[in-house]
Amino acid sequence: MTAGAGHVPGWIRLPAAVAVLFLLVPLVGVAVRVPWAQAPSLLATPEARDALWLSLVTCLAATGVSLVLGLPLAVALARSHGRLAGAIRTLVTIPMVLPPVVAGLALLITFGRRGVVGATLSAWGIEVGFTTVAVVIAQVFVSMPFLITSVEGALRAAGGAYEEVAATLGASPMYTLRRVTLPLMLPAVASGAALAFARALGEFGATITFAGSLQGTTRTLPLEIYQVRELDTDSALALSLVLILVAALTVGLSGWVSRRTVRRGAA
Amino acid sequence: MRALARLGAAVVGVALALTGCASPPAAPAGSGAPMTSPVVKQKVVVFAAASLTAAFKELATQAPGLDISYTFDGSPTLVEQLNAKPDVADVLATADEPNMKKASDAQLIKAQPTIFATNTAVLIVPKDNPGKVTGLNDSLTGKKLVVCAPSVPCGAAARTIAQNAGYSLQPVSEEQKVTDVVGKVTSGEADAGIAFSTDAKSAGDKVATIQLPGADKVVSRYPLAVTAKSTRPEAAAAFVQLVTGEKGRAVLTRYGFTLP
Repeated sequence: MTAGAGHVPGWIRLPAAVAVLFLLVPLVGVAVRVPWAQAPSLLATPEARDALWLSLVTCLAATGVSLVLGLPLAVALARSHGRLAGAIRTLVTIPMVLPPVVAGLALLITFGRRGVVGATLSAWGIEVGFTTVAVVIAQVFVSMPFLITSVEGALRAAGGAYEEVAATLGASPMYTLRRVTLPLMLPAVASGAALAFARALGEFGATITFAGSLQGTTRTLPLEIYQVRELDTDSALALSLVLILVAALTVGLSGWVSRRTVRRGAA
Repeated sequence: MRALARLGAAVVGVALALTGCASPPAAPAGSGAPMTSPVVKQKVVVFAAASLTAAFKELATQAPGLDISYTFDGSPTLVEQLNAKPDVADVLATADEPNMKKASDAQLIKAQPTIFATNTAVLIVPKDNPGKVTGLNDSLTGKKLVVCAPSVPCGAAARTIAQNAGYSLQPVSEEQKVTDVVGKVTSGEADAGIAFSTDAKSAGDKVATIQLPGADKVVSRYPLAVTAKSTRPEAAAAFVQLVTGEKGRAVLTRYGFTLP
């Protein structure tokens, strides 16, 4: 950072400063407007507590599912070169950039009662609409791609040399995966999981379209903020602050982990 | 050199386009062109409750002198947006009086609002009624009922009606917009929903409507008013006249509203 600073033309600092202000002023604005004195009591209402707790539980569950399903996919993609792998790589990132309402509609026509998968489930007596499971499904759908791309990217950058050496030394694929690949990608897993968690925490559109909004069941933190924002701006701001803090913490943690990896890689 | 010339031409072109766009509309607005002029349409921005969508859109086709730009949303959202930027709309039409009162308390509207329509809540079910729902009774037990949140007019009405009937609502979801309630019923995701009779009407044959006893005592009254900071008060007044006049009354009735 400091080494390259001299090569940057000075004028670049002006738009850079504007960018920083543009991104930070709204966040600072929330912090300024939050009624700090009442914040604890605003966050202690049953509605707020339910929303906080529900968000925490669903996001942890969503991150868990993303790990269980997304990690194997990331490993498989990182070690494949075919056209199919390339296509899959592109396709699995689509939910990352999909407008939230579109994601919700897509899930609705898939898992909804009359959806492709939902109709079958419904025949078996399983209905996910309006349940907490629907919230988790929505969160996994939008957050798993973050985990996959982050882990796959790291694995790809690390290359397959270590695995090849392990193989020539007679290690089985399972042994190689356990003793070589997994330790290599651990930092990327940590940061990818953090990103996925943060994205799941912010999930709104797919949840409100697909899961509905009911206190304690489907009304997560963002939905609660949406619900109270026009009646009780103070509560909405206090809840928003919680979301901003958790998101900042998560992303900060993920950044710290990747920086540590880079340093270790350089050493 | 040639590139530079091309750039210059582009700059001139953009400048021409900008001035070309900016000047003509400015002139008639300043001179106060008469409303009856068939060529110059008066622009008016209308914030209206989501349940007015279909009726107001049709009304726009019957107003040759007005260029109406609508925003349809839940009444609380509209008031909130108006509060944030009081001159963003020229007319506000909400689906209930409490929300209009909020706007009036915040001095966002001019003069007294006019009640132009009323609406009653009904129970809607998907057209084949898979849940075999018959009303606010035991037929709803274990079924998926969707209502509006208490802060939204259709939610307040639903609660009052249920309370009067001695029935305790157990919804699976509380939506922020009445159109979301209808959407969840038409998609078959929910077995039943409480919406306004107008919403049931605009959903057509995708839903079946069940009247709620006592709903006529809990009518939602729709007020409309010109905003205090309207930049086009003349056009705003013309729109109010359109809604409360003969054309407006005919269209509103056709879409399931009752008239005050």
